Parts: sequence; C-alpha cells; structure tokens
Amino acid sequence: MRVGVFICHCGNNIAGTVDVARVAEETRKLPGVAYATDYMYTCSEPGQDEIKQAIVREGLNRVVVAACSPRMHELTFRRTVEKAGLNRYFFEMANIREHISWVGEGKEANTQKAIEAVRMAVAKAIRNRPLVSSSFKVNKKVLVIGAGVAGMQAALDCADGGLETIVVERSPSIAGMMARLDKTFPTIDCSICILGPKMVDVAQHERIRLHAYSEIEDVKGYVGNYQVKIRKKPTYVDWKKCTGCGACMEKCPTKNAYDRFNYGVAPTRAINIPFPQAIPKKATIDPEFCRKFTKGKCGVCAKVCPTGAINYEMTDEFVTEEVGAIIVATGYGLLDQAKLPEYGGGRYPDVISGIQYERLLNASGPTAGHIQRPSDGAEPKAVVFVSCAGSRDKSIGVPYCSNFCCMYIAKQAILTSDHIPGSQSYVFYTDIRATGKGYDEFTRRAQEDYGVHYIRGRVSRIYPKGNKMMVKGADTLLGAQVEIEADLVVLATAAVAAPGARELAEKLHISYDTNGFYVESHPKLRPVETNTAGVYLAGAAQGPKDIPASVAQGSAAAAKALSLLSKDMIESDPAISKVNTRACTGCLKCLSTCPFQAIKEETLRDGKRVASVIETVCAGCGVCTATCPCGAIQLEHFTDNQLLAEVNAICRI
Amino acid sequence: MPDIEKKETGAKELRIVGFLCNWCSYGGADTAGVARFKQPTDLRIVRLPCSGRVDPLFVVKALLSGADGVLVSGCHPRDCHYSEGNFYARRRLEALKRFLPFIGIDDKRFHYTWVSASEGQKWQQTVTDFTRQIHELGPRLAKEEIVVER
Repeated sequence: MRVGVFICHCGNNIAGTVDVARVAEETRKLPGVAYATDYMYTCSEPGQDEIKQAIVREGLNRVVVAACSPRMHELTFRRTVEKAGLNRYFFEMANIREHISWVGEGKEANTQKAIEAVRMAVAKAIRNRPLVSSSFKVNKKVLVIGAGVAGMQAALDCADGGLETIVVERSPSIAGMMARLDKTFPTIDCSICILGPKMVDVAQHERIRLHAYSEIEDVKGYVGNYQVKIRKKPTYVDWKKCTGCGACMEKCPTKNAYDRFNYGVAPTRAINIPFPQAIPKKATIDPEFCRKFTKGKCGVCAKVCPTGAINYEMTDEFVTEEVGAIIVATGYGLLDQAKLPEYGGGRYPDVISGIQYERLLNASGPTAGHIQRPSDGAEPKAVVFVSCAGSRDKSIGVPYCSNFCCMYIAKQAILTSDHIPGSQSYVFYTDIRATGKGYDEFTRRAQEDYGVHYIRGRVSRIYPKGNKMMVKGADTLLGAQVEIEADLVVLATAAVAAPGARELAEKLHISYDTNGFYVESHPKLRPVETNTAGVYLAGAAQGPKDIPASVAQGSAAAAKALSLLSKDMIESDPAISKVNTRACTGCLKCLSTCPFQAIKEETLRDGKRVASVIETVCAGCGVCTATCPCGAIQLEHFTDNQLLAEVNAICRI
Repeated sequence: MPDIEKKETGAKELRIVGFLCNWCSYGGADTAGVARFKQPTDLRIVRLPCSGRVDPLFVVKALLSGADGVLVSGCHPRDCHYSEGNFYARRRLEALKRFLPFIGIDDKRFHYTWVSASEGQKWQQTVTDFTRQIHELGPRLAKEEIVVER
C-alpha cells in the first residue's frame, strides 16, 4: 500500500491554527504512508498538479487530502486522482478546516486533532475499494412546482431550451404574488402589465403543460428519473367546458366568500375567477362557502352556465408525471397578523397588511384603485406604514429581514401621495435597507420629493380612538415618544415560509432551515441547487427576495436543469449496497427496512434464496447494512470494515 | 454564544467519537466551522451517509476500544435525506442507550441527537455540552474499570 497525503494550508485558514508541517511529519510515520507533504493551496491548479505528479513519481495508489470539508472539494480531488489514473474512490478527505482549524481551542490541540483526522482518513483509504459508476438514461422533462414569477421564468427558460416542461400550481391561476402587486419598485412599472405577457407565454408555449389548482402528492425516484404523483384538486367546474364567461360569478348568491387572491380586502362569490388576467381563465367553486356544499341546495351556477360545465360531484384526480429534474419555486407566505397583538392582531379593520394595501391601490382591485379604508370607505388623509411588522423580531420567531418591505413601503407611500393629493404618509422604520440598483435613490425620492415622513423607531402600540387609529412609537433619532393620528395603518408583515413548505420538502427530500425556507447546497457557490441531485430552487422559497432576484434565480435553476438534462446518460453513484451471496442467509430483513424498495429477493442457481440490490434504485443510505444480522449486505465506500478502521485509528492507542 | 470551558492546563483531552450523517449534521458541523463557533477539541468525526447506517455495535465497539464517549447525530426526524433512515436510527439507538448499563457502560457516555445543516449554533452547543458531560464522567477505563478482551 502506498498512500500519499497532502496537507493543505488553505492560506492561513488552516496553517494559522494548525501546525501543518508537523501534521505531515507525524503522518509520514504511519504504516502504509509513502509520501506526505504540506501545500499552500491544494485545490489550486498547481496544487492539483502536485497531486497528479506525486501519484506518478511516488507510485501512489491511495490519496488523502487534509483540507476543507469533503462537502466542498471531495469531487474536485476525486477528479484529480482519476486524471492521474487512480480510481476516484481511492481518494479520501480529512476535514481539518471546518471541523478543526476554524473551531478549535488552540494550535497544540488543533494540531493533535488534525493528526488524528488524517490518521482516520488514511486508515479508511487503505481499505477503500475501486468502484465504477454505471450510467443510466435520463428523462428529458422538467417539473416546475409553483408558478409565480420565479417558477414561470424557470419554466419558460427550460421550455425555450427544448425541455418538455410541466408546471404545477397550487392556486387556480398562475402568477403568484406578483400579480397582486400594483406597481413595482423602483421603476413604478405596472406589475401585471409586465407579468401578463409572461403568463400568456407560459399558457401558450408548445412545450409547457400546466396543472393549475394541483398539488404534489408524492415524489419517487432519483435524479434523471423522478415519478411525481400530482393531485388535481376538484374545481367543481369542468375546465374543458368552461369558457371563463363569468356568468356564474355574476349570478352566484353567496356574496361573502373569502377572496384569497385579494387577501380578504373585499368578499367575493363562492364561484369565481380570481382576477381578470387569470390563466387559465376558468371558474372554481370554493366549497367552504358554496351553498350547494354548506347547505345542500342552490345550484344557481349550474343553471346559468351556458356550457354546462358545473359538476358538484367532482373529486380529486391523480396524474403521474415522469421527469428528470424538479425546480421548486413555491414562494413565500405572510405572517399572520394575529401574531402581532400590540398592532391589533387583525382585529382593527383599518390596520391592514402591505399586500392588502396593494390590492386597494390596484386598478383591477376591489376598489378599482381608489384608496378606501376598510371600516367606512373614507379616503384616508394620514397613512402610517409600519416596517418590520414581525421581521427581525426573535420573540415571534422571525429573526431575519424580510428583504423587500423597505422598498415596497417607499413605493406605497409614493403611490399614496399620487392617489390622494394632500395626504401625508409616515413610515416607521428600523433601518432603510435599499441595496439594489436604483433602490436608495428611490427611498430618497419618497422622502425628498414626496414628503413622506420617515421616523426611525418601532411602533409599540396601535389602538383605535374615535374613527382614527392611534399609532404610538419611538423616534429613536429624536429620543422621543411619538403618537400619530392615522386614518389607515399599513403593516409590512414579515415574509414567512409558504404554507405547506415543510411537507413538500419532506416529499422531495430536501432540507429546510429553522424558518421553513429551503436550504441551498452551498450559500455562495451552489445557490440554486439542493443536496438532492436533480432538485433545484428558485425564488422566495429559498428565502425572501424581490422580483429581479426571483427572476434571476428562476433562470439560474433552469440553466442547471438544462445542463443536467443536456446529457442522454448520467453516471450513477457506485457507493451503493452490495450483497455477499455467500454470507446472505435470505432472511430479507434488509428488504423490509429499505426506504427505497431497492432490494428484491433472488434465487441463485443452486436454489439458495438471497437478497439482491436493484442498482439504479439504491440511494446508498446504508440502513440495510446496519440491519443485516450477518454483515452480508455492505454499503460500498462505507463498509463496516472501513468505518471501524476509522474508529480504531483513534481509539486503539 | 455559550461559554466554552477553557481546559485547565494539564487537563487531558478525552476521546469522543462522533458518527455524523453527511446531509444534515456533518453539514451543521461545517456551518459551525464557517461561522467560527468555537468548540472543545475532544471530538473526532466519522462521516456516514445516514444516521441509519450507524450499527449500534459501532458505538459499543468504540466504547470498548477506548473511547470515553460516543455522539451520533443525524437529520431531524421527518427531514431525513433518505426519507426514513433516522427513524431506524432513533429506534436502534434508544434501545442501545437503555442496554449500555447492562454491559457496564454508563449510558451518559452515549448521546444521539438531531442537528440540521443550518444549525451551526446548535452543533456548537451539542459538542460543548456533551464534551462537558464526558469530562464530568472522566476517562472511561479508569472509572468503570472494565477489562476488555482484545
């Protein structure tokens, strides 16, 4: 055995707190180690060349690099050793940066720990076996979950790139949050005017198939070959027949249904088309409010529908789509005002959220763009905006900044003064976060050109006084308490994870952070990939972000899916389970524990029944290996011998 | 930031073996590193694909071959990269924890927990707490005086 060990300085990141020369020196004493050296930047091109040359020069047959996390550079170095003719699984990595040099208690302790980490990696490398990938066909279709602006961008880019694209949207229409906005900052573009054409493109694209009012039921398979079961929720309207004429909506006697699209700013009918530009422009019955469902009789819509599209008996319908990659663009939700009792907790009609105010400003909204306060329909003269309504507040579980509120508040304040000349807007802010292109200029315009009164401080309480709302807060720049008599209060409620985000993550086997936002593979270098191969992220599902950032991520995720599916075949990970048929007793405990149904029973030629692994299905978790009573099924690259060698390397001394 | 015990001069480092799943806890330990969350140096980490790969015998073998403590950490239940590997881990490791006293090992020397890839701070806390616990127990072989057949 000839192991070569390369200890990386990582500039000062490792060498600053680990005596790398001593690690190399101690490593040379290990049995099996033929060569050990330290190097400034092992991952650099000359660093990798040094490894390749040493493999040839020293006749190495195993390579260990002690550097950063294998989650960072394992693949880099596997490719390096492969280029020098070694099997890529003859490479091992010792993590002496994230787990040692960056967190340890001092150079001496760190150095000792690094020496042992290298010893563990050497022990494992010696027992590593050559593994060879097989390749399998990929399904050149992509699934986009969520059709907000990020999802639509991703779908359009994938479809334009030649991929068959399937879009699943939970609500009756595509478009997401952006369709609800009146104008966009910092250009004051009309939101639906720039989004509408994109929606039409999605609807009309020859390679895009849309499942609206549908949700993901189940996801099976692996990169390149996912089987996704989609639940099409009952709309109680046959969309093949519905023409979107709106006659049913006009005649529906239930006039108090909750309007999900308008966030309850005004009631809607129990059968409705969410907004005029909706795609598909089809009606949906809300069974929570429809009299046919709540009281058992009505049926007006069925009578007036000119095409006979109404069907009260409709039930869930399931379709299964086979795709190669999945883009998750499920967006965000908004903090429930009930979590903000000091601001009324949703009890006061004239304390509304930013998205509700958007609908009041919007010409296609329930008030046709006239700002009317919900309590009495009067035009407000004094409007108070409260930023960070929940955001950056650990006590209600939203420790992060919601990213776009500062900007939309400035926009709404500007629009208020456009809509109601002579009105005065006040903004309570924590910090003005206006970091995008043209953003800071925009918030300055709000203050300087539109006379919006910015007050730095938090609002402690909002309470009614007559027909006004009193807003009490601190002005931390003046060091004084302020109280403002407002006609209308707008809360920039925090952006939170979309409802159901966690459940979807569990179906997709991707991870989410403590706030419910999806976790990317690497915060800097793999921002749209997840740790599950073939699943990508776009938009606010990964964390609150504004429209340009969401669109950019949508395109980025599409580029990732396109590059994955540009190949006909992809390589499988050979680190999967393998059965030693001589040791297998055929008890099939592994078969019953395998989370992927990757094990089947097989009868050998001599009649012996054994377990057998289905190579393409095995994901390499190793549950079977820990289950097997006789060690007959072993997870390659993580066998009992290999792992115990690591344990022995540090314990038997 | 939790206070980290500065080891008194001369206090011997103990031997703690950690079995970490690649997707969550190993990532969480990386996250702690990136954020420079200082930790005691006693722990040595073995990377596995899943906490479900941990054979309870690994834990016993580590303890019998000289480890003073063993820590296993995986993805939070319901958030396993392999859907349900950590459910198997939870059952096996809980059974193991109750079994350890029968073979003369203090069950405080073994701990299993769940740390996600974003929970760097929780990882720091976990390592700090468990290391402190093992230091309170002291070296295993000296205390429990078990002669191990080798």
